[in-house]
Amino acid sequence: MADKVLMKGNEALAEAAIMAGCRHYFGYPITPQTEVAAYLAKRMPKVGGTFLQAESEIAAINMVIGVASAGKRVMTSSSSPGISLKSEGLSYLAGCDLPALVVNVQRGGPGLGGIQPSQSDYFHATRGAGHGDFHMLVLAPASVQEMASLVFKGFDLADKYRMTAMILADGTMGQMMEPVSLDMGEVKQYDKSWAVTGTKGARPHNIVNSLSLLPEELEQWNLKRYEKYAEIEKNEVMYDSFMAEDADVIVVSFGVGARVARNAIVEARAKGIKAGLIRPITLWPFPKQALKAAAAHAKAFVSVELSMGQMIEDIELSIRCFRPVLLCRRVGGMIPTPEEVLAKIEEADKTGGNEA
Amino acid sequence: MNVSILISGFGGQGVLFTGKFLAYEGLLENKEVTWLPSYGPEMRGGTASCSVIISDTPIGSPLVPHPDVLIAMNLPSLDRFEDAVVPGGAIFYDSSLIDREVRRTDVRAFGIPATKTASDKGFPTLANMIVMGKMLKELALFPDEAIDHTIAKVVSAKHQNLLELNKQAIQLGYGM
Repeated sequence: MADKVLMKGNEALAEAAIMAGCRHYFGYPITPQTEVAAYLAKRMPKVGGTFLQAESEIAAINMVIGVASAGKRVMTSSSSPGISLKSEGLSYLAGCDLPALVVNVQRGGPGLGGIQPSQSDYFHATRGAGHGDFHMLVLAPASVQEMASLVFKGFDLADKYRMTAMILADGTMGQMMEPVSLDMGEVKQYDKSWAVTGTKGARPHNIVNSLSLLPEELEQWNLKRYEKYAEIEKNEVMYDSFMAEDADVIVVSFGVGARVARNAIVEARAKGIKAGLIRPITLWPFPKQALKAAAAHAKAFVSVELSMGQMIEDIELSIRCFRPVLLCRRVGGMIPTPEEVLAKIEEADKTGGNEA
Repeated sequence: MNVSILISGFGGQGVLFTGKFLAYEGLLENKEVTWLPSYGPEMRGGTASCSVIISDTPIGSPLVPHPDVLIAMNLPSLDRFEDAVVPGGAIFYDSSLIDREVRRTDVRAFGIPATKTASDKGFPTLANMIVMGKMLKELALFPDEAIDHTIAKVVSAKHQNLLELNKQAIQLGYGM
């Protein structure tokens, strides 16, 4: 325990980025992620890196595209409304096959919304981060420790697959403090011979570009990208489970929702209800197989979300609607209580299986 | 041990710092801890609060809707959170700023004239540490010798001149 320190999630995330070799950060302040920028404004100059507060979120994401093109690890962070502004850039990063880390510490929406925690950018992150056919690797931390470790992991995955990794956190994860170990291990090196770093007359030009006016060529680019996505869906799924092996009712939740659900599951078990938790750590790729396997023994599922019900669609798709999926949700910056989750678990335990 | 603590008061009364101290104390005692602040407009002039959980086992939700212990540094905090405390819990409040008694009869209540005492002693900003000293004594959450060690850790390098005053304030509360 001696090596653990008490840090805010936003700060642990920022420090982990530095440990992962990120020396370029571009951002614009917005609650509840401002500590990321504040921390890096102090730290980056000390490690010879660049901290730059851009004139807008749009400028920041385009600076990210520039550094990523040069093959360097780069990060930007924001909260929901700011992430919307970055959407065009996210599409360009995908179209150019560039690695980058983008952090969304979500707040309630739509529009300017509020500043309290939310998970209502799930669709944005997993489905529609911008125009065109593409995915991002989406990682959902549920502790301050994971705010750090998933940043480290995210940079690795981004480099490995030449694509954007997004940390999809919520205001609670950014603002809370927990003990965290910053022992992240070694930074892996990846081939970046594709980067535009100047030929020095010694090699042909590298080109980073998302434009192709030949439909035959553009189709091939898309098909090739989706081969990569298929590989990721096979190899990179991460999830955690808690008392799920024998569960009749499987709660599916991520981030702060999963923390609340854990309390409810302990209470349900004390009441004799066999409840368990499957917590997706990667939201894309989604742990489809784990849920499908759980559907063989569980009679019902409960999706706990800080949104009107977005992930619930992925749960239903994963289990092919084989079992009923109930929704327990709060929105607008509100967080479900353990009592609310427990009530849904009890309802699922009573009625579950009847529709199947 | 599994104790949840809610600390609430005006912005500037050291509410977040008090929580940070308790969280650090837990960390140094090898406990699981979470610290969650209220954030947003209420911090600027209104009531700020933070929730701390200290536990022997992994902590699920970091939210504290029903605290075992409430530290109320002003009247709006007591008004807002008194009923949330679990039966059998404890309320510590600054009786120099709160001119009413705790209404609940199923909790232990401790009124501490913290702001007045702190002002009389010449460190008016450390009322929070006096209340916390009282709490540490009454609840005996941690061994006495751990407290000085923690305060040395939590008071930041640029505020080292306040270290001794913080220790004094905790001792004052401890002796009340």
